[in-house]
Amino acid sequence: MSATWQNLAYLIAAVLFILGLKGLAHPRSAPRGNLLGALGMLLAIVATLAGGGIIGWGWIFVGLAIGGVIGLVLALKVQMTAMPQMVALLNGFGGAASFLVAATALALQAEVPAGFTLQFTIATAASGVVGSVTFWGSLVAFWKLQGLPGENWQGFPGVQLVNIVLVLLCVALGWIIVAQPPAIGVYWLLVLVAAVLGVLLVVPIGGADMPVVIALLNSYSGVAAAATGFVLSNSVLIISGSLVGASGLILTAIMCKAMNRSLPNVLFAKFGGESSAPKADDIYEGKVKATTAEELAMMLEDARRVVFIPGYGMAVAQAQYAVRDLANLLESRGINVEYAIHPVAGRMPGHMNVLLAEANVPYEKLREMDDINPEMAQVDVAIVLGANDVVNPLARADGNSPIAGMPIIDADKARQVVVVKRSLSPGYAGIPNPLFAADNTVMFFNDGNKAVQEIIAAVKAT
Amino acid sequence: MEGFIAALTIFVLAIFVGFEVITKVPPTLHTPLMSGSNAISGITLIGALIAAGMGHTWLTTLLGVLAIILATINVVGGFLVTHRMLAMFRRKR
Repeated sequence: MSATWQNLAYLIAAVLFILGLKGLAHPRSAPRGNLLGALGMLLAIVATLAGGGIIGWGWIFVGLAIGGVIGLVLALKVQMTAMPQMVALLNGFGGAASFLVAATALALQAEVPAGFTLQFTIATAASGVVGSVTFWGSLVAFWKLQGLPGENWQGFPGVQLVNIVLVLLCVALGWIIVAQPPAIGVYWLLVLVAAVLGVLLVVPIGGADMPVVIALLNSYSGVAAAATGFVLSNSVLIISGSLVGASGLILTAIMCKAMNRSLPNVLFAKFGGESSAPKADDIYEGKVKATTAEELAMMLEDARRVVFIPGYGMAVAQAQYAVRDLANLLESRGINVEYAIHPVAGRMPGHMNVLLAEANVPYEKLREMDDINPEMAQVDVAIVLGANDVVNPLARADGNSPIAGMPIIDADKARQVVVVKRSLSPGYAGIPNPLFAADNTVMFFNDGNKAVQEIIAAVKAT
Repeated sequence: MEGFIAALTIFVLAIFVGFEVITKVPPTLHTPLMSGSNAISGITLIGALIAAGMGHTWLTTLLGVLAIILATINVVGGFLVTHRMLAMFRRKR
């Protein structure tokens, strides 16, 4: 296959990627979009292999087979609750592949030193830094999300200062590669320094901020691929890399907006538990009303419209199946049931939607925050399950609170609010929630899954 | 230099296309979007194929094969898990 045909094939592959992402605009067209993307990838691979210049076929097929089997097993075995870890791991592998390819290109180019261009050397250094940061940062994110030993370690005092030094070191080493190529030893030193930087950038970030980190690493993996595209002067790499880079950046911005925090604040600042927040006792004292499954069943009997507000706690308790059963039961009695999803309800963007879709909840019933908030006053019963900060009215009222200005689901505006929770313990922000003490709120102190099971039994008994 | 400008042109235009296309993806599909776009960033695989296939030295082959393995996990795992997730999104019966 001539270079012309190969480049044409790459162009078609890039178009298929764009059409594939376009397909994700609706759940109906999304499966086809994903297939188009996969088809584009297959085309790009075949065009590369048919392009000539390949001698070591054996090793290529060994690599493809090993990677294919591991990818297959990972994709088929992973639990939907573990999707954030899975995506973090895949982000990391993409980043690692990028800095390895750049390393190989550097070694090959070293044979013809006259051939070094500024584009090549700058892109190689960029690929090394971004690829390595992505790989090691993703491994730390995976470690934390998987809950492996030491997940809560948030680094040491002055860690951000060390990071600044590491960034400067990366720039200096990159400069050497650009000024005196090939500098292969310096390249590997650069990858090493970037590795430490990747680890130390993610270590200080707490669990509930993970959606932002994963989205950002997603973007980085795209940038690394694009940089590798500049190394190889390959257009399909540049196009795909920038598509993914843009996608990750948009998701990062959406997540930050949903928490009313800037990206630097998420990445570099400690969060929550400020002393300016009102004391828990002042808010809760004598005002919290506990309830039973029987009382809730009676309340639901009289309701016409019920909205569930799920948080990550629901997924931890594996309560989504019980919630769906309760929803089906209520619907069979003519009650309208919907779900209000906050953008940061899960551990990654859109996570809650996938978990509910897995439990066979139709996607039309999953309502976005901005979409359902104006209707909350018409809701008879809002059931908050495993969510806390995202329904805290302090976000609207208290200017000093760590969550001030964060958009919330207006659960408190519903006629009656039921909060299913084990205790009155605070959420990630470390502040009390006046919703729990509101006049129209009752607390059902219980494990999420058991609570819903008991409500189902009580509703059936009435 | 001309080659660089051409590559830069593609890069900048692709970012704009990315922003236009991705902003139309509804929040309910953001997880599949991440895993799916992730699979697309596994395009580094074709760079790895070229690098490993040259059979230049044992070191470049080794690095190339390592890159092939990682990028293939990214591609196969990414597209497949996205497919699995998207199959779960159903309408009302």
